[in-house]
Amino acid sequence: MLYFELLIQGLIYGSMYAIIAVGLTLVYGLLRILHVAHAGLFALGGYMGLLITNSTGSLILGMPLAAAIVGVVGMAIYRLCYQPILDQPPYVALIASIGLFIAMEEMFRLIFGPFGLTYTDAPLQSVVQFAGIYLRAVDLAIVAGSVSLLGVLSWLSQKTRIGLAWRATVDDPQIAESFGISVLNVRYLNFFIGSALAAVAGVFISLLSNLVEPTMGGVPSYKALAIIVLGGLGNVAGTLIASLVLGVVEAFGTIYIGDILDRDAIAFAFLILVLMIRPEGLFARR
Amino acid sequence: MGIYELSLATVVGINIILAVGLNLITGFCGQISLGHAAFYGIGAYTAALMAKAGMPGPVNLVAAMVMAGAVGVLVGMTSLRVREDFLAITTMGVGFLFLGIVRQQESLLGGELGISSIPSFGLGKMGFFVLSLVLVVLAVAFSLYIKRSWMGFAFEAVADDEDTARVISVDVPAYKLAAFALGTALAGLAGGLYCYFARFIVPDDFGFITSISVLSMVAVGGIGSVFGVIVGTALLTLIPEFFRFISDYKLLVYGALLFGVMRFAPDGLAGLTALAFKRLQRKGGAV
Repeated sequence: MLYFELLIQGLIYGSMYAIIAVGLTLVYGLLRILHVAHAGLFALGGYMGLLITNSTGSLILGMPLAAAIVGVVGMAIYRLCYQPILDQPPYVALIASIGLFIAMEEMFRLIFGPFGLTYTDAPLQSVVQFAGIYLRAVDLAIVAGSVSLLGVLSWLSQKTRIGLAWRATVDDPQIAESFGISVLNVRYLNFFIGSALAAVAGVFISLLSNLVEPTMGGVPSYKALAIIVLGGLGNVAGTLIASLVLGVVEAFGTIYIGDILDRDAIAFAFLILVLMIRPEGLFARR
Repeated sequence: MGIYELSLATVVGINIILAVGLNLITGFCGQISLGHAAFYGIGAYTAALMAKAGMPGPVNLVAAMVMAGAVGVLVGMTSLRVREDFLAITTMGVGFLFLGIVRQQESLLGGELGISSIPSFGLGKMGFFVLSLVLVVLAVAFSLYIKRSWMGFAFEAVADDEDTARVISVDVPAYKLAAFALGTALAGLAGGLYCYFARFIVPDDFGFITSISVLSMVAVGGIGSVFGVIVGTALLTLIPEFFRFISDYKLLVYGALLFGVMRFAPDGLAGLTALAFKRLQRKGGAV
């Protein structure tokens, strides 16, 4: 029973990691940038979702609005921050992104206070029994939400003209452009979708702990980076599997080797181990 | 100099050694490291444990260098397997791994509470500052020497284009390991000095934020330029002190500066200075 509970726990965390990491891996696939500030958008999503939900009393309104706002902020970040430095060596964008992330975290702290905010009436907290173990509604919502969002994303990329343009641009921007695809629009779309997904993840995690705080982006940001590296940078399917694997490894690891390493260290020990065996990640880019 | 200025100057010195070390790895050899603080921490913890065991100061500083350098070679080996973005994330992981291990080792390393009441180095504040200064000068001189040596050229070749370097029979793995060994040993030295300076260390002193701070010192100064790095380090260490009123905004300024420099002047202060000189010369030529 313990195994099963740990597995479920791991899958819940894993599906949350997945919606954070997908945005990150999409950006990497398109621009070869490690977008650390993605976690800042995740935290912004948490704040927006909480503020809107608290003032309107409706999570149904709060979550999509937060996603839309954060999506637009993500587009602005691309336009103002990344576009001008695309032709620089990769560490330039990486360091710029880290700087941006730190600045965002500090702005949250200065604007919303250092102690974080809570829901006045936290939604989805009722306890349900599922296959013999007790879960909160929010746990189920996280799994259902991530699966359906990722399903929509895969439909969008595989079955629509927009998705076709998107995949073409990832494969070869120049050829795509010569076929009349606006590379700029694809990049905007990419940032919008990735950032909106991060915002949804931010709202989910704030529901899980009933707390948004300035530093909430910290751990997911490093972990999401580990995940997309594990999944073989830019590989969406690999990222999804790596998210679930990492969630489960962490859940078991904290029980069995928690005395030696803390949760984050377990994640990174696993990452380093995998990279030493497979330097291109679990699933190398096609 | 009063006590306050003296300790501030010592901190600048320690940070310069730390930043010059990272510059060796990232600037000269082009291997990005997001986990430099781990080696700083390894040095500090090594020196602290040995000092508590009653070993003399100079021995402990050397031990801190050797220990950090040895682990540095180990981590450097990962740079033989993974490159660029993969390496950046791996070194970041090393930083978290170090923190995770230190935090859980309560009996030996003090866990979250760290190590306190570390014995003094025995030179007094002034003496310790002079010692740090001497070590800073040595570290900078060493760094400049490396840059001009054959090894420096090889580093540059590796940083520029690894595969081409290999084609012209530069022993890429050996030079990468050398860069990691030297750079992390300097971080260990800085850590040893820090443990004697603060005489109280906690894991958070050596976290990701510290790694980023060091990286921002190097980046703001100008990646690869020794003098740029010294100026960048001094600036970033002193700005929060001189502008006490922004101390609450210290990290915001760090973040904004880091972003601003990369966005508008990717070569840092050194690049800006070079550009200004060029412009001046061009003007001089026209007149």
